[in-house]
Amino acid sequence: MIEMKGVCKTYRVRQREAGLGSAVKSLFSREYTKIPALQDMSFTVPDGQILGYIGPNGAGKSTTIKILSGILRPDSGTCTVDGLTPWENRMEHVARLGVVFGQRSQLWWDVPVAESFELLREIYRVPGAVYRENLDRLTELLSLGELLKTPARMLSLGQRMRCEIAAALLHGPRLLFLDEPTIGLDAVSKLKVREFILEQNRLCGTTVLLTTHDMQDVEALCSRVLLIGKGRLLLDGDTAQIRAMAGENLSTEESVADLYRRFGI
Amino acid sequence: MKKYLSFFKMRLMAGLQYRAAALAGMSTQLVWGAMEVLLYRAFWLEAPERFPMGMQALAAYIWLQQAFLAFFALWNWEYEILESVKTGSVAYELLRPVNVYSMWLARTAANRLARGLLRLLPVLAVGCLIPAPYGLRLRVPLPVFGLFLLSSVLMLVVVCAYSLLVYALTFYLTDPGGIMFLSIAAADLLGGAIVPLPFLPSWLRGIAQLTPFASMQNVPLRIFSGDIPLGQIPAAMGLQVLWIAVLGAAGYLLTKRGLGRAVILGG
Repeated sequence: MIEMKGVCKTYRVRQREAGLGSAVKSLFSREYTKIPALQDMSFTVPDGQILGYIGPNGAGKSTTIKILSGILRPDSGTCTVDGLTPWENRMEHVARLGVVFGQRSQLWWDVPVAESFELLREIYRVPGAVYRENLDRLTELLSLGELLKTPARMLSLGQRMRCEIAAALLHGPRLLFLDEPTIGLDAVSKLKVREFILEQNRLCGTTVLLTTHDMQDVEALCSRVLLIGKGRLLLDGDTAQIRAMAGENLSTEESVADLYRRFGI
Repeated sequence: MKKYLSFFKMRLMAGLQYRAAALAGMSTQLVWGAMEVLLYRAFWLEAPERFPMGMQALAAYIWLQQAFLAFFALWNWEYEILESVKTGSVAYELLRPVNVYSMWLARTAANRLARGLLRLLPVLAVGCLIPAPYGLRLRVPLPVFGLFLLSSVLMLVVVCAYSLLVYALTFYLTDPGGIMFLSIAAADLLGGAIVPLPFLPSWLRGIAQLTPFASMQNVPLRIFSGDIPLGQIPAAMGLQVLWIAVLGAAGYLLTKRGLGRAVILGG
């Protein structure tokens, strides 16, 4: 269970005008702007839910994920995941967590995928029998087979993403964060990834937090959707609700765009 | 502990793939070693009595230096680590249950070991084939050879701890280039790379011997060539241990603090 209460995070970003004069000036006094990334964010996610976390670029999605995974400390507010505060009990917390970033690889670049997996087994101290079982299941469901012998850098994007997802689940985490897992994938790969996520959730009861810009992902997977903008929670519901709010006969994609406009985000 | 051994093993195996680089490095080091020996020979023939080291000891120093180059050369940075600190993507390492400093240490040590091991034997072999006093000869008794091996391990740890300190400082700097260049230059002069420390003027040698750079190649190479008297070996190795503690503690604390401040924007 994930509980976030009144979480705020502000980034300090250095700024200066273009030009030599201001470059010299910034040697002596530096100007910073405060960018509020999250303002009073609160929500709860029960075990076993697949939650869609959507919002335009810069809304605070990644910041939320980073706080929940313990790599970023919020300025105020509390947050517990299965009773642990992520940034305070990091080691313990991340051992129960799997994370996939669509935009960056977690696999080691120039060694075969199987070797990355072996290293992950050591890092997470997965017992031999459990590891074999998880690996066999993931290999079958994600059709990894031959891919395991291939260095990660030689995989196509679709192949790599399947390996990334497997890598995040080898240690059998109770919680899975997916950050744009279908970005850039072709139709077949997308369907395969979606199908797998549903299967994983159904079989293992894994809680999934999905951030994406792909509304079809959200429709296919998420029983609940959080819409955020400018660091605030704007809507807590499901895709049907979003469509109803937008009215007329808009697709989910168009409804979301309509909501972004209406909320002025 | 076991997970860091696995990091070590994986980096070692990855490092052993670079055959072309090893071949190129090996030939460079052979030519370099030969040129250095010839150069010193010219000086030595001129005035052997003014030489602070025997020709045989010096030749052993040079050939071993060429064979061990990848173990201690500071310019063998791990650019992947540097880049990850510069871009902030190092924070993603925190997604796994690992201690970042220990993982860096395992990687850095494995990388140096892999590069070094790949080119070590041929250089040693060629060194041995060259006739005395210009070739590689072991002239110290076996127990001292044991001390040499131990001090080589300490050297590797000093070098890794120093590199990690530079990576850790990158958290606080826009660009670590300056520190990297300065380190390389200082290590070349004060660590016995350009000339062995006995060839430096005595005032400079006194300073150099106290720096961390002298705890790198200088100690094991001079133990091997018999240039450090037995009685002074414990002090030299003790200084190595001291530098490991100081550099290690500083790097560890700066990394810990740096990771706490690291923020990845965007994404």
